[in-house]
Amino acid sequence: MKTATITLKTTPTLYLEADVITPDAFAGKSKDEILALPVYEGRECYKLGDYFEIAGEIGDTPENTKIVVNGDCSKVKYIGAKMSAGEVIVNSSADMYTGAWMRGGKLTIKGNVDSFSGLGMEGGEFTVEGNGENYIGASYRGDWRGMQGGVLRVKGNVGSDIGTFMNGGTLIVEGDADVHIGTHQEGGTIIIKGDVNRRVGGQMVKGTIYIFGNMNYMMPGFKYTQDVELEVDGYKGTFAEYIGDLGERHSKSKGQVVYGKLYRKK
Amino acid sequence: MSEILIKNGHVFDVVTGIKGDKADIAIKDGKIVDKVSSKAKTIDASGKTVMAGALDIHAHVAGPKVNLGRWFRPEDKMIRGEMRGGIVKETTRMEQGFSIPSVFRTGYSYARMGYGFAMEAAMPPLYARHVHEEIKDTPIVDEAALPVFGNNWFVFEYLKEHNIEKTAAYISWLLKVTKGYGIKVVNPGGTEAWGWGLNCLGINDEVPFFDITPGEITKGLIEANEYLGLPHSVHIHPNMLGDPGNAPTTIDTMKLAEGYKAKNKFGREQLLHMTHLQFHSYGGTGWGDFCSNAKEIMDYVNKHPEITFDTGNVTLDETTTMTADGPFEHHLSALNHLKWCNVDVELETGSGVVPFIYSPNVFPCAVQWAVGLELALLAKDPMRTMITTDHPNAGPFTRYPRVFKWLMCKKTRDEQMASFKHSGKVADATILNEIDRELTLYEISQMTRAGPAKALGLANMMGGLAPGMNADVAIYNLNPAKMPTDPEEIEKAFSLSAYFLKNGEIVCQDGQIVHSGTKRTFWVDAKAPESKQVNRDVREKFLRYYTVTQANYEVPDSYAPNPFVIEANANV
Repeated sequence: MKTATITLKTTPTLYLEADVITPDAFAGKSKDEILALPVYEGRECYKLGDYFEIAGEIGDTPENTKIVVNGDCSKVKYIGAKMSAGEVIVNSSADMYTGAWMRGGKLTIKGNVDSFSGLGMEGGEFTVEGNGENYIGASYRGDWRGMQGGVLRVKGNVGSDIGTFMNGGTLIVEGDADVHIGTHQEGGTIIIKGDVNRRVGGQMVKGTIYIFGNMNYMMPGFKYTQDVELEVDGYKGTFAEYIGDLGERHSKSKGQVVYGKLYRKK
Repeated sequence: MSEILIKNGHVFDVVTGIKGDKADIAIKDGKIVDKVSSKAKTIDASGKTVMAGALDIHAHVAGPKVNLGRWFRPEDKMIRGEMRGGIVKETTRMEQGFSIPSVFRTGYSYARMGYGFAMEAAMPPLYARHVHEEIKDTPIVDEAALPVFGNNWFVFEYLKEHNIEKTAAYISWLLKVTKGYGIKVVNPGGTEAWGWGLNCLGINDEVPFFDITPGEITKGLIEANEYLGLPHSVHIHPNMLGDPGNAPTTIDTMKLAEGYKAKNKFGREQLLHMTHLQFHSYGGTGWGDFCSNAKEIMDYVNKHPEITFDTGNVTLDETTTMTADGPFEHHLSALNHLKWCNVDVELETGSGVVPFIYSPNVFPCAVQWAVGLELALLAKDPMRTMITTDHPNAGPFTRYPRVFKWLMCKKTRDEQMASFKHSGKVADATILNEIDRELTLYEISQMTRAGPAKALGLANMMGGLAPGMNADVAIYNLNPAKMPTDPEEIEKAFSLSAYFLKNGEIVCQDGQIVHSGTKRTFWVDAKAPESKQVNRDVREKFLRYYTVTQANYEVPDSYAPNPFVIEANANV
């Protein structure tokens, strides 16, 4: 794998929309071609080279391309969006839509990410070492396809509405989360190791949510069934199992009704 | 205005009868002429296909239901549209959306494909202003709209007494105040029944509280249409759209037109236009034994010159269904569990919107794909056969070139058929594999130009290249003397015309929009004897039931700043 390093030299006045910072867009291109890729600030189109400089080597395929992003990218959106392979490491915070619709490869953000990161993610490994905001791993507004695959891990805290319309993959939050977790969830796994507020699994049809910490209020559509011994992301212990959301439609599999499952650590 | 001479193109045109021979087309002042002076600008069309501008007889491209789709499907812009369409270019405006494109994208896309006219297929009269606002904002392409009459309380009450004069007087009034073009019928009686949680599942299924049947409504409207001598016939979406086993109901509906005669001065011969026939040509009793009944349907259509139809081809895309058939949309949302929107339009109609994915992995979707193609390929009279996708219901209109490709090339159909997940089962449920026919460019020009122009009563000005007609001319990068071996080239050529001239002006060149054109709104001024009783009924209904006053109902002239009004006179 070859590594290219891009460094932010000009901070955008507004926000920079740079969905070209992906191994897919970089692979097989010369440095000049990469610096000529289009980015947007407001309604104007600029070149990537107007903001970034580049060093290192570029791989011939996305699989062989690693991009290290230096400089303060907290005003850069769409880093790693729709990437299918290779690796991207951002050594600072990134703005909204980071890793949105990501299909494969590895994306690591050393700082925080803003809302809508990992939106509709389909595959790959996405790690945020800081905090996330709202709608992490959710669906785009109006869409019914939230996170569908891959692993999204936030080591800090997140905001509200994470995993909305999630139907696959694993979303792990090692800190706390605010309201609306896994709303309309139709599959996949959400693990919150810290505390949550309320409205967990509202209108959940399928899938699994694990809550390790405190929950302020439980949704009335969930029913306790049993205590179970489980191993969840390296932790072994007893969890209380609930099924729900009982107010929602549920499909049948082999004669059994399929419910969403909510586990609370005991 | 300037003069233009299109030289040496291979012309396909029904009106002049040219079938691919080289001919020059001369244009002056927005019209086709015999010859132009030596000063005329010359377009070299050698090695290219030249046709009149195409007409889309049925598409949902303007109005409240389309906009509802845009509101509740932001993802259609973000994921399926060009994310970066939003930058304003020099002459053109931003374009957005895939299945429910913005008005600008709608106009530009039609122009790129060489389409000069589009019929908005269902205008709720109460929201006619909104329809005309969007029509006005859609550049280049001429448009008209068909108000819906099949679930209208006035129509029910007059036809219950079989009073054609009053029905006609009401239609005449409504076409004038809404600037409408003709009579659209959607699931006759069924949408009104939906207001009570019911539906009409056959032509003899009574409408609750109105003591009238879909059959009586349709027959009455056909009579009123011919009494008024309108340019277009009754345009019907029959009952039971999309239901397995609906073909008998479709044939029953077509039989309603038997025994009548078309009376109009526009050269229209049909009495009933069956729209998106694909959705109405199914056999089977459920989704398991779902199958094509295209042959049964086309056996009837081929023998009956009073019927025209459009196909409603499924394009295997993710799209947005929208129709005035409210109960159908509810049914659909229960099948796919996606979001559903429903609107009731007071005394007139209703509608629903649901996103839909025509997946090649889903058996019924693959059968639907085959049925649409079978209809066009089994048709004996291409002039009565029109290609649509019931945009956006079976797919976006921007996929017309792909449908042409499938119709023109059996190999691409076979490949598509073989690639379905349930290809064996699909082949058993359809007859597409047995059909070898490949449409010619001349037949495509009949189905997309002369055919729809004649069915809409516009044959004297559109759909042909004879002197005196509108100078809407499409030039495609397709050499009929040397047809490409790669069928994808056919789709590409029809997607991005080399030139498209609208009213004698070059609006599209090499697939790029170069001029915003002078779009017109077509509507029909149907002159009929006034009925004092009808006037009184209208006044009364507005006072008692409508949420708006009669004065706020009419579409003011400013909503159609560039009108083209067609006058029709009742056959009294």
